[in-house]
Amino acid sequence: MNNFNIVGKNVIRQDGLEKVTGEAKFADDYSFPNQLYSMMVRLSVAHANIKSIDYSSIENDPEIIIIDSRDIPGANYIGAIRQDQPIFADQKIRTYGDVVCMLVGSDPEKLELAGKQVKINFETLPTLTDPLKSLKKDAPLIHEQYKDNLIVHYPLRKGDIEKGFSECDHILEQTYTTPFIEHGYIEPEAVIALLREGNKGVHIIGSIQNPHTTQKVVATVLGWPLAKVRIQQAELGGSFGGKDDTMNILSARAAVAALKTKRPVKIRYSREESILESYKRHPYTMHYKVGYNNDGKLIAMKIDILADGGAYASMSPFVTWRTVVQATGPYEIENVWTDVRAVYTNNPYTGAMRGFGSPQPIFAQESIMDEIAIRLDISPDTVRRINGFKTGSVTASGQKLHDHDVNLITVMDRAIQESGFQEKWKLFKSQKPEFGIAPDRDDLILKKDEFIDPDKTVYKGIGLAVSFRGSSLGAEGIDTAAAYLSVQADGSAYLLCGLAENGQGLRTTFSIIAAEVLGISVDDIFYLDHDTSVIPDSGPTVASRSTVMGGGAVKNAAEKVRTALQKFLTEKWELSENDELLFAGNKVSCKRKNKQIGFSELCGLARNKGVNLAALGWYAGPQVDWEEETGQGDAYFTYVYGCQVAEVSVNISTGQVAIDRIVAVHDPGTVINKVGAEGQVFGGVTQGAGYGLWEEISTHQGMPRELNFDEYLVPTSKDIGKIVPIFVQGKEKYGPWGAKSLGEPTLELTAAALANAIRNAIGKRFYNLPLNLEEIILQRKLRKEDLQRGSM
Amino acid sequence: MKNIEFTLNGFPMLVYVDPSLRLLDVLRNTLGLTGTKEGCDIGECGACTVLLNGKAVNSCLVLIGQVENQNVLTVEGLSSHGSLHPLQQKFLEYGAVQCGFCTPGMLLSAYALLQENPHPSEDEIKDAIAGNLCRCTGYKPIIDAITAYSR
Repeated sequence: MNNFNIVGKNVIRQDGLEKVTGEAKFADDYSFPNQLYSMMVRLSVAHANIKSIDYSSIENDPEIIIIDSRDIPGANYIGAIRQDQPIFADQKIRTYGDVVCMLVGSDPEKLELAGKQVKINFETLPTLTDPLKSLKKDAPLIHEQYKDNLIVHYPLRKGDIEKGFSECDHILEQTYTTPFIEHGYIEPEAVIALLREGNKGVHIIGSIQNPHTTQKVVATVLGWPLAKVRIQQAELGGSFGGKDDTMNILSARAAVAALKTKRPVKIRYSREESILESYKRHPYTMHYKVGYNNDGKLIAMKIDILADGGAYASMSPFVTWRTVVQATGPYEIENVWTDVRAVYTNNPYTGAMRGFGSPQPIFAQESIMDEIAIRLDISPDTVRRINGFKTGSVTASGQKLHDHDVNLITVMDRAIQESGFQEKWKLFKSQKPEFGIAPDRDDLILKKDEFIDPDKTVYKGIGLAVSFRGSSLGAEGIDTAAAYLSVQADGSAYLLCGLAENGQGLRTTFSIIAAEVLGISVDDIFYLDHDTSVIPDSGPTVASRSTVMGGGAVKNAAEKVRTALQKFLTEKWELSENDELLFAGNKVSCKRKNKQIGFSELCGLARNKGVNLAALGWYAGPQVDWEEETGQGDAYFTYVYGCQVAEVSVNISTGQVAIDRIVAVHDPGTVINKVGAEGQVFGGVTQGAGYGLWEEISTHQGMPRELNFDEYLVPTSKDIGKIVPIFVQGKEKYGPWGAKSLGEPTLELTAAALANAIRNAIGKRFYNLPLNLEEIILQRKLRKEDLQRGSM
Repeated sequence: MKNIEFTLNGFPMLVYVDPSLRLLDVLRNTLGLTGTKEGCDIGECGACTVLLNGKAVNSCLVLIGQVENQNVLTVEGLSSHGSLHPLQQKFLEYGAVQCGFCTPGMLLSAYALLQENPHPSEDEIKDAIAGNLCRCTGYKPIIDAITAYSR
């Protein structure tokens, strides 16, 4: 075990001061002289051919500049895998969020009025909003360049599925669904594009999650070299995976407009526009068929998952790949047959959101595990203990888990112990709630004995869920990161990593790592603004990879500087090569020689002798591999494990589920900043609870119904009871001192744990998220269109 | 357009603006006080919370004409003489800040509560910040920070 000076303790955020004083500059807080504003023009239709656009009533207005696809010097169609999404729709509308043109001018109110005068001549096309119908022969084709609406299909084949089913004692088949989810960052999108002098290109400042991805998109759209596009990240007001594609597109639009007008152009979205145009978490329809024996052992699992990709491919191929790797859950099963497909529809497009293809299957698979336990009359932890991964277990993709602590059962036991799960689960299971009327009954007049006893409306329940999660990108893509550290002559230091802060606190995590290596204080580290012109592309801030990858790069940079200082001191103090130097407490010392020097003084001396005190650190993820045809391979270089136990009170007369307590036990490897890590748990669990109980973007013929926080219900301070974060810090050889992933694992389990707790409380299984009032009482969702005044 | 006088962060302020402008827009655009944030425009998210005569209000729902001769406090007025208000310090210590976008509004809702009720219960704290959405922290560190300050 390492003896750390700073790592693992509570450290105040590097960017905290400016955030509590209101000085922190978010994208919309930037303004420039002569700045122009913008307004998007959309068609209120889900699927249509654009025949012509008539600008005649505004095109002679000198105060309004029209920007559309004709102004794009490079590519109008972009996308990470399939270049299917237009910056400006020029031929077709494929979803309500599509933008036909953008009006730019100095007066936002005037732009609003002008936008209404753009006349778009269009021909409506049949709308496809049900993903289950998207692969039918007669389904409307969303993208003509592809032969069907299939975005991607991942098969995974292990063992002999039919033999497995024929040999097991029982088979259970169930179908689960999850809805579109909005990221709900509190800061709506904003970006400003500024043309630079001469041939320097464009400077973009925005609420951008992944500046280097934005740089590539803007360069592609402008037809420019990458180095001519400089992306600066403003302080980011939340992202959760959501300020990637949308911000790339907005940045490109702003850049095109700046190029045309030669003036700074700002785009800022209202909440309604943000929800309308930005991508969502995928709705999944998940069919599970599980074969198991009397002793609780899982023998075969057949999984068929359909993801609604919406109008554009976006990240669907990556999101659904994580699903195929993790769809069985953390269970060793000999025979697995999985198919995961993502399809096009005219719904809002779907992409990255915290969890990234894991919260959906975990809801299904962990619900089913509890159903198996209940059918076998064993406890939920027992069925997981029998099947759960241990050291040496082999995953569905054939990967042997052996070179890290496989702490699945450890985290579960810890959560069970902390929550008193076993006793409570048995006790609550014996409750026999008396429901009122059956929801499908025709006669709604209650008889006297049919009322719910007012004293017997609330039932307590407890439920658990476990998961394993691949750390970082895995076989999804290139997995490398860079960090720049420049120690000054007085011992203070500039630091910047190529992974961009998303609000979660990576500036602080990275500063701790650098300070720990150099034995200085976190206060000596000054973290730089993220700018693509000064730091190498390190891939995106996604996949809970920042600490493991960026942290690895920062540690590497700091070690390079320390090595240079060591070399300098070895000569100065005439040490032998075996002499150990201790970097701690802003001092460097050699015990054997009884010598000590202040870090600041040492840096000054070294600088004066021409020693390089700056370094570019680099960290490359270990080799992973994947066989597309069979879904076999070492998908990720390591995994993390988590268990959450939820305790709820369910009111069977109102359908309300109150969250009393959630115990969250995670193994993220080494914890770098305790307060930051706990913050991830509190925030992730709360988002996960929203996913479980309230949040949903529903659509009506492709149009999102919930466009603001009055209808899209993110959890408030009053919605969640106690959250208890516990860390089991397993051994790991990768990342900085074995630190790996935490952000997403905290979210992915909560909905499943809640569903199991509700099942425990009232004896009913629920199959469709969110488990809101209607779902609990009626087992269906109510929509505005369902309401018919004066009739029942 | 009209001259409107009010007290802002303890100092007299005079603006010459259209009285139907939102207080939020005057603060951000006319006066350059961008610490007050805009998140939803409909009074749901609380990012634009300021204090009007000591009460927490959504500045997206207040017109500048309504604050004539009234007292307005924004996040910029919380710290004084370059030193943080102890509540801001507690927010830092307890990890009540992640992305920081809800923080100004959250601080002001908490400040309004503490002015009225120096020793609030956990439920009273939750009530006071129920109109301030935070998507990062899960509220727990914020509640802890406010509790710590009140002790």
